[in-house]
Amino acid sequence: MRDRLAGLPAGIDRVLARRGALFAAKLILLAAGLWTAGRLVFAVLVDPIALGANPAETILRETGDATIRFLLIGLAVTPLRRLTGVNALIKFRRMLGLLAYFYGVLHLASYVGFDRFFIWAEIVKDIAKRPFITVGFAAFLLMTPLAVTSTRGWIRRLGAEAWNRLHRVVYAVAVLGMVHYWWLARRDLLTPAVYTALVAILLALRLLPRRSRSPLRVDRPAAS
Amino acid sequence: MPVTRIPPVPPSEITPRQVWLDRRKLIAGMAGAAALPLLPGAAAAKPVIEPLEAQKNPGFVPSDPATEKRLATTYNNFYEFGTGKGDPVRNAGELKVRPWTVEIVGEVAKPRTVGIEDLLKFALEERIYRFRCVEAWSMVIPWVGFEFNKLAALVEPTGRAKFVRFTTALRPEEMSGIRANLPVLDWPYVEGLRIDEAMHPLTLVTLGMYGETLPNQNGAPVRLVVPWKYGYKSAKSIVRIEFLEKQPVSSWTKAAMHEYGFYSNVNPNVDHPRWSQKRERLLPALFASRETEMFNGYADQVASLYAGMDLRANH
Repeated sequence: MRDRLAGLPAGIDRVLARRGALFAAKLILLAAGLWTAGRLVFAVLVDPIALGANPAETILRETGDATIRFLLIGLAVTPLRRLTGVNALIKFRRMLGLLAYFYGVLHLASYVGFDRFFIWAEIVKDIAKRPFITVGFAAFLLMTPLAVTSTRGWIRRLGAEAWNRLHRVVYAVAVLGMVHYWWLARRDLLTPAVYTALVAILLALRLLPRRSRSPLRVDRPAAS
Repeated sequence: MPVTRIPPVPPSEITPRQVWLDRRKLIAGMAGAAALPLLPGAAAAKPVIEPLEAQKNPGFVPSDPATEKRLATTYNNFYEFGTGKGDPVRNAGELKVRPWTVEIVGEVAKPRTVGIEDLLKFALEERIYRFRCVEAWSMVIPWVGFEFNKLAALVEPTGRAKFVRFTTALRPEEMSGIRANLPVLDWPYVEGLRIDEAMHPLTLVTLGMYGETLPNQNGAPVRLVVPWKYGYKSAKSIVRIEFLEKQPVSSWTKAAMHEYGFYSNVNPNVDHPRWSQKRERLLPALFASRETEMFNGYADQVASLYAGMDLRANH
């Protein structure tokens, strides 16, 4: 079995080296990533009650959830790459990060609109006064420069090393996201616990020493 | 004065009509199909939903129309059946609501246990109340019930009765949320009111909603409704009512004292530590565009109960 799988990572890399295949794979990821948003928008326009008696709450929860999920998947790329040797995984990381940011924007917008009814004075007070909102907002703010500098142009302008260093901010975003999640939960703490464990594992994996045979040894700009 | 007294049959021991009808059906069915394996269906709990006759009380009709029944019966906080809003409607069918008795004890002259049949004999009225959850959403619900003070009159509270404690059923075998054994709340669920709050004509012993008996997920067969307080004060599926001299500690206060006080009056000026109570979302609206009203709109009737009290300290 091991032998039969040995050539697989290289095989996947080879397939994804073809532009058409990569494009198709990215398209599939994008469609899967936008599925939740599409479903929510469709429901809001056609039949909000399809989202339950409290559609706004459903939207807030699902967009928040999606933000964390895409953050987690994005954070899993490097460990998975090391584990499996499939280098091409890196080609999807930017899209995963941008999907996380996209859902973060929707999440914040639903809070601003549905929850606080665009009353800015209340929103500012909320952000200052309520720790879980402060932390959530901070996480969002920290994600913004990462989303902006996700393009090839910005990698070039900043240089690979500085860009990599900047994008390590995502670890802080993940931790803040977890704190945000814990503080808003009322009594049901199972889901935050699971997500936090995953974040802890994904961050801990980065502390492991890199083996010299690691396929990551040649450090290329991450979003190549 | 009757010379001999026939010991009354406790109401809860009287077989409900539907049960003996079902038995007849079952026996008839068995006669015809003796070869069929006996199904345990007769023992399985089924929610009891029956029409309830009630006088509509025109004094209680809020400006907003009643929330759709399917929303009010599918979006519930009833942690005994799970912490998700959809859990109660999925899991509460397990709760056996017949027979059902409520023990009324404590600082009363005539402690007694009443069956659900006794409660159903009270003159029932329909009142449409605003219902405001501490989570900043609200509904408008036509409840069927009678004033709590009428039930209290039955047991004659003594002068020492200063508070009332309500206890919800605790039946792990019928309550999946309790079986899950997660650190949610300290069961059984208890809630309390000051005696004058309990005796206030707005406080309703509630047996039904939307013209029918309560669905299990909404607190069948008997719950409290205290419309000027956050929803969790309105204890569900009550098995015990105690009149007490000392202020009881309610389950939510025990779980998070700084977030859930004893009074829990709806108040736009006292925020929950983690969110604002200034406005609310009248479900199923998307936007929380409705401004929270003092005492949930019942200030005219209840504000006097709290004259001179610091409502921030006594939240």
